[in-house]
Amino acid sequence: MTESCIQIEQLTKKFNKKTILNEITLDIPCAKITGLLGPSGAGKTTLIKQIAGMDTSDQGHIYVLSKKMPSLDIIHRIGYMAQSDALYNELSAYDNLDFFAQLYGLKGKIKKQRIYEVIELVDLTADLRKKVSKYSGGMKRRLSLAIALVHQPEILLLDEPTVGIDPVLRQSIWSELEILSNQGTTIIVTTHVMDEAEKCHQLAMLRNGRIIAFDTPNKLLENTETKSIEEAFLYYGGVKA
Amino acid sequence: MRIRALVLRIIKQFMNDKRTLAMILIAPMFILWLMSQVFHTDQYEPTIALVDVPEQVSILLKEEDVELLYYTYSDAEVVLSKREIDAILTWTSIGPEIMLEGSDPSANKSVLMIVQNIANEISPTSNSLQASITYLHGSEDMTAFDSFGPVLIGVFAFFFVFLTSGISFLRERTTGTLERLLATPVKRWELVIGYVIGFGIFSVIQAALIAWFSIQVLDMLMMGSIWFVLLVTLLLALTALTLGTLLSAFANNEFQMVQFIPLVIVPQVFLCGLFNLESMSEWLQWLSVLMPLSYGTDALREIMVRGSGWSEIAIDVYVLVGFSITIMITNIFVLKKYRKI
Repeated sequence: MTESCIQIEQLTKKFNKKTILNEITLDIPCAKITGLLGPSGAGKTTLIKQIAGMDTSDQGHIYVLSKKMPSLDIIHRIGYMAQSDALYNELSAYDNLDFFAQLYGLKGKIKKQRIYEVIELVDLTADLRKKVSKYSGGMKRRLSLAIALVHQPEILLLDEPTVGIDPVLRQSIWSELEILSNQGTTIIVTTHVMDEAEKCHQLAMLRNGRIIAFDTPNKLLENTETKSIEEAFLYYGGVKA
Repeated sequence: MRIRALVLRIIKQFMNDKRTLAMILIAPMFILWLMSQVFHTDQYEPTIALVDVPEQVSILLKEEDVELLYYTYSDAEVVLSKREIDAILTWTSIGPEIMLEGSDPSANKSVLMIVQNIANEISPTSNSLQASITYLHGSEDMTAFDSFGPVLIGVFAFFFVFLTSGISFLRERTTGTLERLLATPVKRWELVIGYVIGFGIFSVIQAALIAWFSIQVLDMLMMGSIWFVLLVTLLLALTALTLGTLLSAFANNEFQMVQFIPLVIVPQVFLCGLFNLESMSEWLQWLSVLMPLSYGTDALREIMVRGSGWSEIAIDVYVLVGFSITIMITNIFVLKKYRKI
């Protein structure tokens, strides 16, 4: 396997005595799209937040680009898209992008250029000056994605990025992710949609806070002698299909 | 750079939310105006120092609602300037001479009424016993509103900034943007400072508007420097702003934020000098020591009614600055809950 950019070691996170993440150990390869697949409540979002350095763990460590998290230096190189759209509704899409771009230290021409690039990518150029409060759910998702991309991060953490986005645009977003990973961006995507999972280079199956399988989608199918990711998930989950 | 981004964002948000903007800028003026129209005061039991007063007068005085003290004139002047008594009464052959402390119109009125009663009893038939009245501060033109106005300026500057800053920081939390911010390289202290400056700008505008409106339009008594009034109002707003953002961490929604009003704002209003503290029980007086609003309103009253300068308000100013900084540091610490670094 190629070298890994993110190492997770024995990570455990409890919340009110309930174990959300249970001794997770995972090596996430560089410049690949790694999918975190699991039902809601499996701990996908918690794991993503841990990698992003936004939450504390009870046990274990995470190293991103060989640095122990949380580290402000690394946070600079991470692009994060939250599951719920954390946007300023009173502001226009442009102002939202502009604000986050500045937090990542972009300024002047480069900032402007990046804003137009990412907004084009998510197909919102026509609505750039609209207030976010007038946006639909899908448009907000796309704007959140644009914000995550604006500072050209080396690591991209996307929590359910394609929910509510129409299939045509979803297709183009996935091909864009493919291009980014070819250019060297390490991408982690959470999803509970099985057909999206097949598009990932590596797939980690998460259930009840544990990793039940981690391999390429093809290998997972081969190993379980199943025809779909869904069946493979059931197999690893202990339910023979 | 990041602080600048935060500040600009807050300004843009305000500009796009005209109603909230009006709430911190217009509402205080409206309420001050309303208060100026309806204000009235209740009966008050004054403390009077007697200097060389005939036996007959002091016997009559004891039957009135008044606390009496006996001093020499020079001692009496000292305690009067310290506001421990409301007036000095002396009696010459022509009649009573009253020196009023003057900054509380309701005290003035009750002292004058009592002395008038006595004079009428001693010499009911004629007006020969005309009292000669002098004021240490203020004048007979001072209305109740002149005295309570400075307190109200402080109260409203505090209240509206507390509410808007608290709710807007709370929203940052409930909409997930706070979490999103902490996924960026912004440092916790930058976030807190950004908020203080962003809201601080609107607090400056608010302070200036309130001061201008009270003095120019409502014609409130103004003995001291307008710059001191602005400084104190701004510091009060700053304390309110930091307190609001801090307490928003302990509210889960806007409604719970509003619930802080009876808990945090109302007690401060009661104990900040709107009502005479001397008549309250001692533990209440001690409680007021912990309240930022008391220092602000005390300073405002010193400046506007007594025309005091820097030396009289310095301690109040330092305490307010101290409150703000302490709360800001606590705030940076509380944010640790979300991200360790």
